[in-house]
Amino acid sequence: MSDARTQVLARVRQALGRGTPSEPVPPEVPRAYRSAGEHAPGSAAVLDQLVDRLEDYRAHVHRVAPGGVADAVAQIVGHATTVVVPPGLDREWLAGLVTDPTSGRSHDAVRVVVDDPAAPLPAEMLDAASAVVTAARVAIAETGTIVLDGGPDQGRRAISLVPDVHLCVLRAGQVVQTVPEAVRALATSPARPLTWVSGPSATSDIELSRVEGVHGPRTLHVLLVEEAGAPGA
Amino acid sequence: MSRTFLGLPALRRGGHGGPGGGTGDPAGAHRDSPVADEPFGPVRHPDAPLRWGESFPRAAKEALGNAQLRRNLAHATSTIRARRAAVVGEVPDWEALRDAGSALKEQVLARLPELLEELERNVTARGGVVHWARDAAEANRIVAGIVKAEGADEVVKVKSMATQEIGLNEALAAEGIAAVETDLAELIVQLADDMPSHILVPAIHRNRSEIRDIFLARMGDAPPDLSDVPRELAMAARAHLRRKFLSAKVAVSGANFAVASTGTLAVVESEGNGRMCLTMPETLVTVMGIEKLVPSFEDLEVFLQLLPRSSTGERMNPYTSLWTGVTPGDGPQRFHLVLLDNGRSQVLADETGRAALHCIRCSACLNVCPVYERVGGHAYGSVYPGPIGAILTPQLTGPGARTGGGHGDPNAALPYASTLCGACYEVCPVKIDIPSILVDLRAREVDADRGRLADPTAAAMKVAGWVMSDGGRFAAAGRAASLGRVAGGRDGVVRHLPFPGSRWTASRDLPAPPGQTFRDWWTKEHEPGRTPPPAHEPGDSGEEQR
Ligand code: SF4
Repeated sequence: MSDARTQVLARVRQALGRGTPSEPVPPEVPRAYRSAGEHAPGSAAVLDQLVDRLEDYRAHVHRVAPGGVADAVAQIVGHATTVVVPPGLDREWLAGLVTDPTSGRSHDAVRVVVDDPAAPLPAEMLDAASAVVTAARVAIAETGTIVLDGGPDQGRRAISLVPDVHLCVLRAGQVVQTVPEAVRALATSPARPLTWVSGPSATSDIELSRVEGVHGPRTLHVLLVEEAGAPGA
Repeated sequence: MSRTFLGLPALRRGGHGGPGGGTGDPAGAHRDSPVADEPFGPVRHPDAPLRWGESFPRAAKEALGNAQLRRNLAHATSTIRARRAAVVGEVPDWEALRDAGSALKEQVLARLPELLEELERNVTARGGVVHWARDAAEANRIVAGIVKAEGADEVVKVKSMATQEIGLNEALAAEGIAAVETDLAELIVQLADDMPSHILVPAIHRNRSEIRDIFLARMGDAPPDLSDVPRELAMAARAHLRRKFLSAKVAVSGANFAVASTGTLAVVESEGNGRMCLTMPETLVTVMGIEKLVPSFEDLEVFLQLLPRSSTGERMNPYTSLWTGVTPGDGPQRFHLVLLDNGRSQVLADETGRAALHCIRCSACLNVCPVYERVGGHAYGSVYPGPIGAILTPQLTGPGARTGGGHGDPNAALPYASTLCGACYEVCPVKIDIPSILVDLRAREVDADRGRLADPTAAAMKVAGWVMSDGGRFAAAGRAASLGRVAGGRDGVVRHLPFPGSRWTASRDLPAPPGQTFRDWWTKEHEPGRTPPPAHEPGDSGEEQR
């Protein structure tokens, strides 16, 4: 009974009256709650609900057709100086950015920096970057939540945390209605580092007055690609 | 708003390394100055996080005299109450979620030894190191040892009740390690050398101009022209803390949930300081009570719905982080999990009281409690205030009997810090029957003391009734009255109350209070024509602890 582990476990067993009649029986867990919503992933009702919730959190939502991603990305982060992207991001999405400083529009040139897992960008560099563009894993309409799971098109957690603007590209087919639908999708690879984002960060610590953008990106843009291409979730 | 629970009763300034940081911190100049010693008001700092040293009646009396505190609290609690009600109301299966949450937590306790071993196995398999701590001192030693081994003299912290409960900041300070609270409210509390007053909004007793003054005097790098606009204050904190986040080697966190079947840990927060702490440093130390488990990953679908709506009244909190051991190339590459007992196994031994360990620290019960609304968090004399504190603190700190430590213990009065109106039970997302546990704890206090006090309810009413008697309306009056009407028979006598009162009514009939306030009823029944005097410690003869 000397080490802490043995002793804590022994105390717990004793407290539970293990081996005595007073030992509690684990109850059945009633699961009468909804395991899915009434609307299909990616349906119009689900997308509208997601947009409503995101806007309630003061995220900026842009709805585009599949062919419109590159233009929208250029419009949102086209004036940034440095944009960080994860290694697996669809490069088509960046096609509207002017990245060549030798082109005629050099004053518009955006420096796109890929966060390479073999040579991750130092924190100071992320801090100096103006924006980050990522994809997402799944989104929840009822709660206005986007989940990142560190996949190659989302990158490690630091890149979507430190830059001041986060532009997240979401495909319609990734949007589910309820929390259980999302959790069950994520449960296929639960060990991935997950970040659930519901609007920009916020605090109400000073006289309950809401301030958005405390740490993490102060501005969140969500680019919702309407046509369900590949349901990524 | 803070969600992942508390930082600490602040470091005492002038100790080892104040929160303002290392050398060159202008605030350091104040440390030895007698004028600036307690510039933000006298604050008593407890020796023990779970036993601040004053009994509830005495501390409550002082709090009732603080009009500013009462106004702020009333504003905070009513605002959060309304938000919670709105977002809970839109969930069609809320009651089913509560039923599932309650059963899951009951299951966790019944299977605790096996689930803890399963968690340990999974965290270890994913590259984490699991430590076990019997008590606060052991947990503090473990954390200090890890920080020293990393060669760090400063850690960034995300608010956590567990680390506050063990007094980690003070313990680290004694080892020459500065713990920097990164939650905005905790930062305010820490810079002011103050004590948190609410689980969720620890600085709710401070107004904006006080906060500006605190930042200017203590932050060290606040802009000199800082105004008292909340946004500007928050941005000053952002700039101040960003430097810490980007350079910190070690972070310390708590955890809201730990998944036994996968080894996944979850931190739920609002400000992004949690993500910073959990992502940027090389080393992460998480201190977690042994009861924080859920059996499987899917069970998160229940708690991640219950917690945000109950807590801040949001559909979802801005950020939730989940991680499993170490992920190569992403986030901290060294992860330590400290599993903390510190009295929990003792609480577990009590068949009724163990339900207090279901608590997910949402603070909904605080916001609906009429007693809490009037006296605030400090009066409960523990890091756990409000209704949950009234059942958890005395059980965690009680000697073997778990009834609250006897007459000399200020925590013995805590089960009486309630009117038993039942509002806490109604809002609790995991359906902890707080009133029944309160009555049970009181009954045992009285049992232990037979002959000195005839009637447990009389003593109960004395504490709560006196708190409620001072001006204003008793928010739960309508509730108490309608409860009486529903439960009472035609003759107006309540024989069986549906919930906590069942223990009272088992022994005697209560008069039904048709249409009168709780306070009127109390006064008429017990102290006709006069305001109840300040209560003495229930169960003592009146000589001590007045
Ligand atoms: S007792 Fe229930 S309502 Fe109170 S903080 Fe804990 S979970 Fe929330």
